[in-house]
Amino acid sequence: MAVAEAERPSVTGRHISRKYDEALEDVRTSVLEMGGLVEEQITNALAALAEFDSEIGERVVRDDYKINRLEVQIDEECTRIIALHQPAASDLRLVIAIIKTITDLERMGDEAEKIGRTAVRLGGNAPRRMRYAGVRNLGRHVQQMVHQALDAFARLDVEAAVDIAREDKTVDLEYAACMRELVTYMMEDPRRISEVLDMIWCARALERIADHAKNIGEYIVFLVKGKDIRHTSLEHKELQAQSEV
Amino acid sequence: MNTVAASAATAFVADRTDDAPRDEAYETVGEIHSPNARITVRDVTVWYGEKIGIENVNIDIGSNEVLALVGPSGCGKSTFLRCLNRMNDIIDNCRMSGTIRLDGDDIFDPKLDVVLLRARVGMVFQKPNPFPKSIYDNVAYGPRIHGLSETRADTDEIVQRSLERAGLWEEVKDRLEQPGTGLSGGQQQRLCIARAIAVSPEVILMDEPCSALDPIATARIEELIDELRQQYAIALVTHSMQQAARVSQRTAYFHLGHLVEVGETSQIFTNPRHTLTEDYITGRVG
Repeated sequence: MAVAEAERPSVTGRHISRKYDEALEDVRTSVLEMGGLVEEQITNALAALAEFDSEIGERVVRDDYKINRLEVQIDEECTRIIALHQPAASDLRLVIAIIKTITDLERMGDEAEKIGRTAVRLGGNAPRRMRYAGVRNLGRHVQQMVHQALDAFARLDVEAAVDIAREDKTVDLEYAACMRELVTYMMEDPRRISEVLDMIWCARALERIADHAKNIGEYIVFLVKGKDIRHTSLEHKELQAQSEV
Repeated sequence: MNTVAASAATAFVADRTDDAPRDEAYETVGEIHSPNARITVRDVTVWYGEKIGIENVNIDIGSNEVLALVGPSGCGKSTFLRCLNRMNDIIDNCRMSGTIRLDGDDIFDPKLDVVLLRARVGMVFQKPNPFPKSIYDNVAYGPRIHGLSETRADTDEIVQRSLERAGLWEEVKDRLEQPGTGLSGGQQQRLCIARAIAVSPEVILMDEPCSALDPIATARIEELIDELRQQYAIALVTHSMQQAARVSQRTAYFHLGHLVEVGETSQIFTNPRHTLTEDYITGRVG
């Protein structure tokens, strides 16, 4: 049967009720704001880790509350939209995708906070350069993924969203390689075991952030295509993203 | 497709403009077939004089399901509903082409008794319209004229059973001789439903049955519709999206005389396939 030939409507906007438009647009803006904060926290956490800079690390720990506060606020806004406007179809999917996205964003924030704490502990009063290249590279890659996920959310870019799942596979490999590297350090010099263990936790946190970014990508596909691609193979995800609605 | 302004849809008859489609075979998006179809509608077009009411509609209505018909005013959903028991016959300049079958019988067969057809396909209207008679007689009238009851005892039984099924018996059993018009709006509507089911119909058509009722009476009617679904095929016209979502299993979206999309209600409300459906469901400007 023929499928709608006209292009799909924008995510917010064009509602008969202007208040409804505004409510959806406001909550979407809040999510982007929250995403920006999370990105900043991750950047700062990695900067703190790179130099074992306790000052920056402390700032990351201190600022996590901003993300938490936004999560609660967006949740409330979504509840209000559901109660007052009874969203359906793409609007409903937008609200659901937002509720899920902010949970993942908040957890990314928590992981960044963990990294910040580690930097504070390892740095103490004397910042020094972090020497673990694997962790550094992993951090760069994950940072890129988070940026891509937020960008895909803002632009509703399904292909970019699926691309994140592909990147996540690479991050998993990099994480495994990083672990091997760190284990080697421990074997070489038992006096560094404590520090390397901290690095392992940081690598773990970064790998988790990548998983959350991947989740956000999946919500974007749900939002745009109405297809739930969680817990499916990469091939299936690609297929669904290309399919007609 | 969506070049026609939605504002034109206020007229009862879809007012067609030159760039509106005049497809010979309009293709509805979604599954028009029902596994246990009672009514099959094929290529149905209705004209009011020169104006087209609905065009090339194809759909099944199955037993044990509520089919919700939604769409802006003037989109043709009531026209469609009125085809199903030939209520359009009484409109002078109304013509129709296509076929509608009820359990295989062509309902436009000249040999078919229209009165009998309207017993098989019952109807409940927007405003409760009980006869100016007693509660008892409102329900007993149909079975009597259709010869379904011969003795007073038969009639008593049918009246009680129908009122029970309509969820009204407990409220009226002690005042069956009082006028039906003395009941509350919600009770009157349930009385009309009891009247419709008293003649053992196969299909029940409902044209905005709750639009004149308060939320509590509405909830009771919706509950009743869900129970009646076990026995009858039901087609329901509603302007309340929430009502369509709550009570129907399938939803059909009409727009300017076209049946745009049919699908499972859960699909239509979470992921409609046609842009026009999406715009309507989400309350956007078409």
